[in-house]
Amino acid sequence: MAYQNLFTQVQLRGELEPGVPLGPHNDARIGPFGTSWLMGKLGGAQLGPVYLGSLGVASLIAGFIAIEIIGLNMAASVNWSPIQFVRQFFWLALEPPPAKYGFTANVPLNDGGWWIAAGFFLTASILLWWARTYVRAKELGMGTHVAWAFGSAIWLYLVLGFIRPLMMGSWAEAVPFGIFPHLDWTAAFSIRYGNLFYNPFHALSIVFLYGSTLLFAMHGATILAVGRYGGEREIEQITDRGTASERAALFWRWTMGWNATMESIHRWAWWFAVLTTLTGGIGILLTGTVVDNWYLWAVQHGFALEYPATGVIDPSTLPGAPQ
Amino acid sequence: MNALNKLVAIALPALLLAGCELGMKEQEQVGPRGTALVLISDPDSKAKVGEVPAPPYELTTDMLTGQKSREAYQNVQVLGDVSVDEFNYLMQAMTNWVAPDGSAIKDAGCNYCHNPENMASDEKYTKVVARKMLLMTRKVNAEWVPHFAGQQNAGVTCWTCHRGQPVPAYNWSTAVPDPATIAGNKRGGNTPSKTVAYSSLAYDPFTDYLAGKESIRVGGKAFPTAASNASIQSTEKTYGLMMHISQGLGVNCSYCHNSNNFAKWEDSRPQRVTAWYGIRMVRDINNNYISALGDVWPANGKGTYGNRRGPHGDPLKVNCATCHQGVNKPLGGYKMLKDYPALKGSYDTAPAPAPVVAEAPAAAPADATAETATQKPAA
Repeated sequence: MAYQNLFTQVQLRGELEPGVPLGPHNDARIGPFGTSWLMGKLGGAQLGPVYLGSLGVASLIAGFIAIEIIGLNMAASVNWSPIQFVRQFFWLALEPPPAKYGFTANVPLNDGGWWIAAGFFLTASILLWWARTYVRAKELGMGTHVAWAFGSAIWLYLVLGFIRPLMMGSWAEAVPFGIFPHLDWTAAFSIRYGNLFYNPFHALSIVFLYGSTLLFAMHGATILAVGRYGGEREIEQITDRGTASERAALFWRWTMGWNATMESIHRWAWWFAVLTTLTGGIGILLTGTVVDNWYLWAVQHGFALEYPATGVIDPSTLPGAPQ
Repeated sequence: MNALNKLVAIALPALLLAGCELGMKEQEQVGPRGTALVLISDPDSKAKVGEVPAPPYELTTDMLTGQKSREAYQNVQVLGDVSVDEFNYLMQAMTNWVAPDGSAIKDAGCNYCHNPENMASDEKYTKVVARKMLLMTRKVNAEWVPHFAGQQNAGVTCWTCHRGQPVPAYNWSTAVPDPATIAGNKRGGNTPSKTVAYSSLAYDPFTDYLAGKESIRVGGKAFPTAASNASIQSTEKTYGLMMHISQGLGVNCSYCHNSNNFAKWEDSRPQRVTAWYGIRMVRDINNNYISALGDVWPANGKGTYGNRRGPHGDPLKVNCATCHQGVNKPLGGYKMLKDYPALKGSYDTAPAPAPVVAEAPAAAPADATAETATQKPAA
């Protein structure tokens, strides 16, 4: 199989490549299916083979059930009208149980029970998919970096939907399913807990999130810039003089005095991505459980400025205040 | 062609990201730098300040004295302390404000409230309502002065809300409760609703906050306490009410709040205090005047002049938009009261007697009790 990359304008066509042989205890792969000119513009032109396996099948089934529960509940909320379902789709929700149920399993289906069910199947689907990324990497003799990076995102997801509600003792703290409803939840969450902007773990999460985009831009731009010297063949060039790899390193040493290596730049990127959701999850978990008002907490710890008071007094504290 | 493609590629995402309000915005900084305390408004989408109708004729000083209306007319329960001349002047103004002559409104003019054969009769429910509304107007102007920052002649007249209509254009009633099943159940929100600025927030924040006296506050102390139990759901309901206030007054959050910590009073602008009194005033209006009229309001489909109740059967009530109508100072802050002294100050402390033609005998004494109870607010 000849070498191809993103920059190759020519798409190679030949015998379809089935990939390396699999060991015992593996299912058969499905495909390869053929080649796609359009997909070839974006990456490899060959589609498949796909390894589905029992983990993949179980994950897809659980995910399908979760989406069905969410979608059918939304459809029910507009009295099964397909037109209203489409028109109001961005507003529709499957909401978690109200606060009166606390964090119990004894919730009627029509009052938040469906939310718990959807959450259960979605979580099962995600965890099965995580196991799939782990097992497939092992089978290919790879490291499990992808699985652990995915695990960091799952941590944030679990904190939002399960661990924090558990610690707060109320399902009602969890995020609703729905486009605008989950955004409104986000805004209300920040206001309820005195502005998440002053949560230092939220701040770290944003640093890593924006840092990730910066690193991605720097790395992507560097490799594209040395593509004419075969820069995408990073590791094999690493010890030679005058290669794309050396030019890329020199570029950063000249412009900022120091360079990441072809290997370390990927560790930088991996850690920034992983730390985004890791620190974010910590920040969410501390909210309401340990800190109730992040602004007041931040002022108390010298993390935020206290501005001169405007002289406004809470009118409810005045004598004879109306109710 | 390539240049055109590039242009489209640049312009299309820019248009998608630009939102709905194109054009230059007006900005006014109202707090320390770096705190986002800026009032931003779009001159193109600002609500128009309502017109103020001229008084029916000039009310001269000598018209204010002379025979009292209660001596000249029968069954004058609220405005009995004003002169006959001022009484007639106000009646004409009220007609212009609520059911103006020559309009398409049924029985427009005096007959909207009065039986022309017997002007003193209370047989029309609209007259009973109007009397209650006069009591309300006087109460608002005399007792809710903190909402008007204590300014001379600032306050309300019938026009502030009615604007020539028997029912003010901006009103609310309790939303029909959600069914017990999931079919047709929107959980009180998740609907593009104008009341909450087309967000998916709870679309009826009014019942609990502007008729009920549920706590609107959600922010806590730095660390959790037993008192800090406001749920995300009640926060969203508070958020919904704030969206209504923002829309109803045509202002940003920063008109009242410092967004670094919405809850904190010490960093807020004085307008927040005005709004705080406004919310209590609206509760007073809704509970002690509008809802207190009880069955005086005809059932839907039974009234002579159309429906006065919402789908859930409660009367149409007021919120911030009823007076403000998208403007931070209703009618641009025009001090209408200077022309209508009968509506201000002299708030009649005596409870209103029962109507002569008792259409709703049960409602009236209850009103009176509510009146007396609210005069001296509890500490």
